[in-house]
Amino acid sequence: MLAILRTTAFPAAVVAFVFTSSSALAQKKYDTGATDTEIKIGHIVPYSGPASAYGVIGKTEEAYFKMINENGGINGRKIKFISYDDAYSPPKAVEQVRKLVESDEVLVVFNPLGTPSNSAIQKYLNAKKVPQLFVATGATKWNDPKHFPWTIGWQPSYQSEAQIYAKFLMKEKPDARIAVLYQNDDFGKDYLKGLKDGLGAKSSMIVTEESYETSEPTIDNHIVKLKTTGADVLVDISTPKFAAQTIKKMAEIEWKPMHILSNVSISVGSVIKPAGHENAQGILSAAYAKDGTDPQWDNDPGMKKFFAFLDKYYPEGDRLNSSVVYGYGAAQTLTRILELCGDDLTRANIMRQAANLKDYTPDTLLPGIKINTSSTDFAPIEQLQMMRFKGEKWDLFGDIISGELGH
Amino acid sequence: MSAVEEVVTEAPAVEAVPKRAMTLGVGTSLVVLAALVLAPLFVKNFIIFQMTMLLIYGLAVLALNILTGGSGQFSLGQSAFYAVGAYTSAILMEHVGMNYALTLPIAGIICFGFGFLFGQPALRLSGVYLALATFALATAMPQLLKLGYFEHWTGGVQGLVVTKPDAPFGLPMSQDMWLYYFTLAITIGIYIASVNLLRSRSGRAFMAIRDNEIAASAMGVDVALYKTLAFGVSAGITGVAGGLGAIAVQFVAPDGYTITLAISLFLGMVVGGVGWLPGSIVGSAFIIFVPNIAEGISKGLSGAVFGVLLFLVIFLVPHGARQVAIVAQQMLGKLKKN
Repeated sequence: MLAILRTTAFPAAVVAFVFTSSSALAQKKYDTGATDTEIKIGHIVPYSGPASAYGVIGKTEEAYFKMINENGGINGRKIKFISYDDAYSPPKAVEQVRKLVESDEVLVVFNPLGTPSNSAIQKYLNAKKVPQLFVATGATKWNDPKHFPWTIGWQPSYQSEAQIYAKFLMKEKPDARIAVLYQNDDFGKDYLKGLKDGLGAKSSMIVTEESYETSEPTIDNHIVKLKTTGADVLVDISTPKFAAQTIKKMAEIEWKPMHILSNVSISVGSVIKPAGHENAQGILSAAYAKDGTDPQWDNDPGMKKFFAFLDKYYPEGDRLNSSVVYGYGAAQTLTRILELCGDDLTRANIMRQAANLKDYTPDTLLPGIKINTSSTDFAPIEQLQMMRFKGEKWDLFGDIISGELGH
Repeated sequence: MSAVEEVVTEAPAVEAVPKRAMTLGVGTSLVVLAALVLAPLFVKNFIIFQMTMLLIYGLAVLALNILTGGSGQFSLGQSAFYAVGAYTSAILMEHVGMNYALTLPIAGIICFGFGFLFGQPALRLSGVYLALATFALATAMPQLLKLGYFEHWTGGVQGLVVTKPDAPFGLPMSQDMWLYYFTLAITIGIYIASVNLLRSRSGRAFMAIRDNEIAASAMGVDVALYKTLAFGVSAGITGVAGGLGAIAVQFVAPDGYTITLAISLFLGMVVGGVGWLPGSIVGSAFIIFVPNIAEGISKGLSGAVFGVLLFLVIFLVPHGARQVAIVAQQMLGKLKKN
C-alpha cells in the first residue's frame, strides 16, 4: 500500500513541478534587446543627404517613445529608441543596421526608410531572424512572407494605390483615354504596374506613357507632349517638386483633363501652394491618413491626441508636414504590437503579433481604414479613400476602397 | 606670357613627394600588419565588417592616391569606377554563377580598360578641368545603371542582392571574418604592388609628369601613355575595391555610388595625405568613422559637425596623416638622441 502511494505521489509531484516551471517560463520570454525594464528598438532614416527631409519621421518617433516612457512605458518596460543616419545610401544602411543588431543588440529594426536601403538590409535581417518591422517604403515587394518572413510593410503599397485609381476610373469614366506621366524609377514603375494590373483587360485605356528623370530641371515639355495626345485623364505619378510643376504647366497651357495625382504629392504646403490653389481645383487623389491642416479633424479624438502629443513632446514638429503624421502612426502601431506581446518579447512573437492585427486603427488614419494582417498578408494598410481638391483643402468623397493585391 | 611659359612657371598642382616618403618603414609596416591580422580575433562580427569596409575604402583611396599623388591628375569620378567594379562582380556572381574570387580580377581588368579609355580624352585636360570631366562621369554613372537596356542585368533601380561567401575548406570562421582576411590579403597584395609600381621606372615617369610635364617629356617620358596608364591602374584598383564592396555589403544599387562617394574618397585622400600611400587607410577611417562620431554629437546637425571636424583637420594638419606621422617620427628621433 505504501509502495503504491509512493509511486502515485511521484508522478504527481513531477507533474506539479513541470506545471509550475512551465508557467513560470511562459510568463517571461526574452530575446536579445528585451529585459524586465527595457526594450531596445533600432531605427534608420536619412538625417543627412538628398532625402534628409524624411529625418522628421525619426524625430517624431523618438518624441513618441519619449511620451510612452514618461507615461510608464509598455507593460512596465521603457523603450530605448536608437536611431541612426543612413544618408539614404545602401552601404551605409547595411553598416548602421549591423551596428544596431550586433553592437547595440536591438530587439527589432523598426521603420527603416527607403526602398534601396531596405533592399540592402532585407537578406541580412532575415538571415539573422531579426524583425524588419513596418518598413517605410511603398514598394510592393515587402509583402512576401513566404520568402521573407521577417519583413513586413506598413503604408499602402504604390500598386495598391494605383489599383484604387484603376477601379475608380473603370467605374466613373469607362471610356477614358488615359495619359500616364511617371517618374523613371522603382516608385514610378511599381505604380504603373499597379495601374495596368488594376485595369486588367481594359489597360488599352492607357493611350500614352511618358516618363521623366528626377535629374531633369523641369518637366514642362512632357506635359506639352501629353496634351497633344488628346487624352482626357492624366494619371500623374510624380514626386512633390515635379507634381507642382505639372499642375502649374497644365494651367498655363490650359489643358484640363481629369487629373489624378499620386498620394506622395498631396502635401498642400509643398505641392499645391507653390503651384497655386486656383490651378489645383478638382485634382483627384487618395489618402489613408488624416491631414493635420484640415479643420474637419479639429474635434476628432484621434487627432486631438496627436495635437496634444505635438504640443507637449514635439513642439518643433510642423503639423503641415505629412511625415510627422506618418511617424506618429507608425510608432503607435509598434507600441500596439509590443503591448500585445505582453511578457513574451521574443522576435518570433513580435512577428506573430504583427501578422495578427485585426481591425486596428491608429489615431491618424482616416475613419474606416483599418490595419489587417495575417500570416499570408504582410501588407498592413491596404485601403484608401478618394479625395478632391476644393478651395484650399482636400475633400474626401466616396467609400473606403480596398486595393488588396492578389488575395 | 605664352602658354608654355605659363605651364613651366605654374606651381605644380600637387606638392612633390619624394618616393621614399611615400611609404612606411619596415618596422612600422610589420606592426600595422600584425594589428590588422590579430584584431579581428578579439572583436564582434560587426566591428570586423567595419574593418573590412575600412580596407575596401582604403583600397579605393589608395587608387586615387596613385593617380593624384603619383601622377598629379585629379579625379572626382572614382565612384564611377567603383560602381563598375561592384556591378561587374555582382552580375558575374548572381547571373553567371561565378566564384566571387574570380570576379575580382575581371572587375579590375574591365575597370582598367574603362579608366584607360577615359584617360584618352582626359589627356587634353588638366587640373580643375580634368576634375570637372571626371565629375561628369560620376554624376552620369548612377543614371546609366538605371537605364532600361541594362535592366535585365543590373536589376535597374532595385539593384542586385549578392550572396555572401562562406569560408572555404570548412574553416571554422564566420563569413565576416573570412571576408576580412580575404580582403586583407588582396589589400596587402595591391599595396605592395602599388609601392613597387611607384618605385619602378613607370612610377618615376608618373612622378616626373606630376612635377613638370614639359621636363618629363623632354626626358623622353611618353606623357600621353603614362597619364592614361595612371588612370587605368587607378581605375583598376578602384574596380577591385568596388567588387569587394559589393560582396561585403551584399547589395548593389545605383544609389550606393553617387557623387557623394567620389567626394568621400577624395576627402579620404586629402586627410590621409596626398601621395602618402599608408595614409589611405587613415583617410578611409576618417570617411567611415567621423560621420558616425558627428552623428553621435548631434543628430540634427551631423553634417555641420562633420564639416567642423573636417575643417579642424585641414586647418591643423593640412598635409593630413602624413604630417602627423612625420612629426611623430621627429619626436621619436629626439627621444633616441636623448
